[in-house]
Amino acid sequence: MPTLTITNIRRPGSEKSETLTVENGLIKGWNIKPEGEIIDGNGATLVPAFIEPHAHLREPGQEQKEDLASGLAAAAAGGYGTVVSMPNTSPVVDDPAIVRALIEKAGRLGFARLRPAAALTRGQNGEQLAELSLLAGAGAAVFTDDGRTNENARTLRLGLEYAHSLGLVVSVHAEDAGLRAGGVMNEGAVSEALGLPGNPAAAEAARVARDLEICAMTGGRLHIQHLSTARALDLVRGAKARGVNVTCEVCPHHLLLTDEALRSFDAVYKVAPPLRTQADTEYLLAGLVDGSVDCLATDHAPHTRAEKERDLLEAPSGIAYIEIAFPLLWTHFGKGLGLQKLVELLTVDVARVLGWPAPELEVGQAADFTLLDLDTVRPVQPETFKSKAKFNPWTGQELRGWPVLTVVGGAVAFRRA
Amino acid sequence: MTAATGPRPRHLLDFQDWSAERLSALLDNADTMSQVLDRPVKKVPALQGLSVCTAFFENSTRTRISFELAARRMSADVVSFAAGGSSVSKGESIRDTIEVLTSYKVDAFVVRHASAGAAHLVARYSGKPVINAGDGRRAHPTQALLDAYTIRREFGSLEGKTVAIIGDVRHSRVARSNAELLPKLGARVVLCGPATLLPRELAADGVTLTTDAREAVRGADAVMALRLQQERMDAGYVGSLQDYAAQYQVNETLLSYAPDHAIVMHPGPMNRDVEISSDAADGPRSRILQQVENGQAVRMSTLYHLLVGRA
Repeated sequence: MPTLTITNIRRPGSEKSETLTVENGLIKGWNIKPEGEIIDGNGATLVPAFIEPHAHLREPGQEQKEDLASGLAAAAAGGYGTVVSMPNTSPVVDDPAIVRALIEKAGRLGFARLRPAAALTRGQNGEQLAELSLLAGAGAAVFTDDGRTNENARTLRLGLEYAHSLGLVVSVHAEDAGLRAGGVMNEGAVSEALGLPGNPAAAEAARVARDLEICAMTGGRLHIQHLSTARALDLVRGAKARGVNVTCEVCPHHLLLTDEALRSFDAVYKVAPPLRTQADTEYLLAGLVDGSVDCLATDHAPHTRAEKERDLLEAPSGIAYIEIAFPLLWTHFGKGLGLQKLVELLTVDVARVLGWPAPELEVGQAADFTLLDLDTVRPVQPETFKSKAKFNPWTGQELRGWPVLTVVGGAVAFRRA
Repeated sequence: MTAATGPRPRHLLDFQDWSAERLSALLDNADTMSQVLDRPVKKVPALQGLSVCTAFFENSTRTRISFELAARRMSADVVSFAAGGSSVSKGESIRDTIEVLTSYKVDAFVVRHASAGAAHLVARYSGKPVINAGDGRRAHPTQALLDAYTIRREFGSLEGKTVAIIGDVRHSRVARSNAELLPKLGARVVLCGPATLLPRELAADGVTLTTDAREAVRGADAVMALRLQQERMDAGYVGSLQDYAAQYQVNETLLSYAPDHAIVMHPGPMNRDVEISSDAADGPRSRILQQVENGQAVRMSTLYHLLVGRA
């Protein structure tokens, strides 16, 4: 692996211009004599590469939406060095051979690292546990049935117990499928005005309440994905206070958008769980500030343009924007959260949730880092995306905080032209 | 023709862009159209040379016939597109379908679709004037206009009138469109139905909710029954059709609580002896067939308003 030196960089909170040298995939030293290929950092800010705990990369079987190459290149362009991919592919990632094949293929691509999540149950059928120990041995990072929800509480109990013995987290898409029914947006004044079937906040809260009880009973490690309602966050906060071993994530789209966006009838805003109310967005943001929300996730969920141009009942759920997640967050919440906290929510906090060692930019550690230009304003131009989903709700918006260089394992995974 | 102020709406998707003055003008013009329908030769050249496409992604023979006759009586050419057996059933997207139809150089679309917002998508993709002929639960504006027109003809004005709408409000585009339109024209709307079919969020200025049908009809100038579909039973909203009818059927017993002058309406098609008794549907209060007749005049006026637009 070639030696690489990045000059003229800053660390968060410091004005000092520094130099970082990496060799053999590891950090060799700070401010030592430059060697190897030299990249001028132009005064940008160096942080550990982000970790995405929740992305849909669609391979195998749904490559018309995204594949490992496009998804992991998009992640690297967004400053992410590691991605946890969701197992709801075709076939489902419930077979150790698929986990190994995905990791092997991703390793050859040279973009972000891949840590696949595996299905908790066979075929994500929600009934029979998958081969959890074999999947863990193959490299599965976390177990989840994700969007299929876990309707059978006993299966979730068994899964939490079994996964915990393997040292792994079970993550859940917490929505009561019965209450959600056919809801395509948040249930409330807007859904009734628009005549669209609503998905009530109680569907999330009721399921979170159930899963917290199961988690407490088993002592397992539960992670709640993409929390979207104030009420559910209250439940998680209460459980944490009782010592329940639970963590949760929120997504930038649940902080930035509300159900009002559906008045456009544009299915680009259809996402699961749905966009909620202004009060929810403010409550979730407060949860990020006070630490009751553990980390950020984008739930990068690409679909084809044709699929998202269907009507709201037919179009699939999901927004894909991993490439602009940090610029969105920095532009809209940088002042409120501060750089330090925002970066933690994308790095060490995600690692803690997943049970991984904290990423550090110290000598001898893996050279996974990203260089952020915190000042230059650029418009969102989806046509330039690495992702196959070249559209999103923020097209044309002027953002700052663009990643300019992402290094993964000591090699350049992305460099902004 | 009555003058109206404000920017002329390009589409009739719902009533958001429509001022009370413009809506009144449209209803005034419907009077003129009604007179055309009373003539031996029911045809005027107003839309000669223009073509109207009825694009029905969801089947509705009656509404389609009403629109097509309305357009033909204004001398427009009419082409009809029905999703069943077409490219849509082969998986073509609404965007592709509409772009192809637009390429045939039609001048306006009349759209029926099962999904709320589909008419908005047609407006976006076609760039042509669009009349929403029903999109999911959201809106059915010409039905509300013909309801308003029917009430206006009966009482001379909508100002201060009370309209009770009884039935499956949750799944009803007719209820939503009337709740949007009638208060704009000065009427009060009382939405009534079983609690499971009556979303609380629909309460608004001029729109009140009650689960008590007798309370709903007390003081009503018009009582409108909404269709209750068997699939609502299957989905568990109410225990049975009988259980529903016992409380909410519009019949002589319920109407005995209404003022003597109150009229009975139904957007059709009716489930007789479910949401409405035959006595009520066929009795002296019923204006159900007048609604159908008025529908043509209102749709002629709407087409005229959007395609000629001097009103």
